[in-house]
Amino acid sequence: MAKVRKLSREMKQYQNMADQLRPGKPIVKNAVVAFFVGGTICLAGQGVQWFFMQHGMTPKEATSPTTVVMIGLGALLTGLGWYDLVVKYGGMGGSLPITGFSNAMVAPAMDARTEGFVLGVGAKLFTVAGPVVAYGLAAAFVVGLIRYLFMGVG
Amino acid sequence: MTFLWAFVIGGLLCVLAQLTLDLFRLTPAHVLVLFVVLGAVFGGLGLYGKLVNLAGAGATVPLPGFGYTLVTGIGEAVKTKGILGLLTGGLTAAAGGIKAAVLFGLAAALIFKPKT
Repeated sequence: MAKVRKLSREMKQYQNMADQLRPGKPIVKNAVVAFFVGGTICLAGQGVQWFFMQHGMTPKEATSPTTVVMIGLGALLTGLGWYDLVVKYGGMGGSLPITGFSNAMVAPAMDARTEGFVLGVGAKLFTVAGPVVAYGLAAAFVVGLIRYLFMGVG
Repeated sequence: MTFLWAFVIGGLLCVLAQLTLDLFRLTPAHVLVLFVVLGAVFGGLGLYGKLVNLAGAGATVPLPGFGYTLVTGIGEAVKTKGILGLLTGGLTAAAGGIKAAVLFGLAAALIFKPKT
């Protein structure tokens, strides 16, 4: 499909026929699974946040420790080899929550042990986290600057 | 009530990410970067904050919440420190999460052996 090559008319016809017969990408199924997997992880996160709020924190104060706990859980489950299954079946439902971010750090780093602790584990920890943090910081800076210039402090 | 909204909003954000992945044929890493940036933008517009008030962890646990945290941190730091807050605010607010991610990530990668 992606190959750039001149196709004869017969080949094109065959290609069209094959495209029509090929089962569609399971877009709807993927979305439904992502909803339930992602929703469940966020529900668990809300449970952790509720726990901190029972100990006298406001919802805002409880957000940071909740993030820390969820990242810890993500790292642990990835280490045990379980979270990779969550991502495999849940798609972005497993990847978008912060536990998936943790998984995206730990999984490549674990596999890179043979490449050494510095250029293997240390570097691969940031294969996905690096871009996310870099562009996140850049976007937040631009947004913050625009807000500062147009609305001043407030 | 927050629990229900956490499930629904968190789930819907993941659906949005999944559709972006499938329909635009991006890699997961591209989607994650895109959603962090979107979180920062909608945080700056004041919309993501409303979502956080409604859904709690349903909005802060998914990755756009990270972008939102960076922007609100900058907003608060600018109030107290002026323009320098543009540089310090984001990471100050996200410090706990980032430090935890690096520390736990490193620990897990060193302790556990990959399954083959």
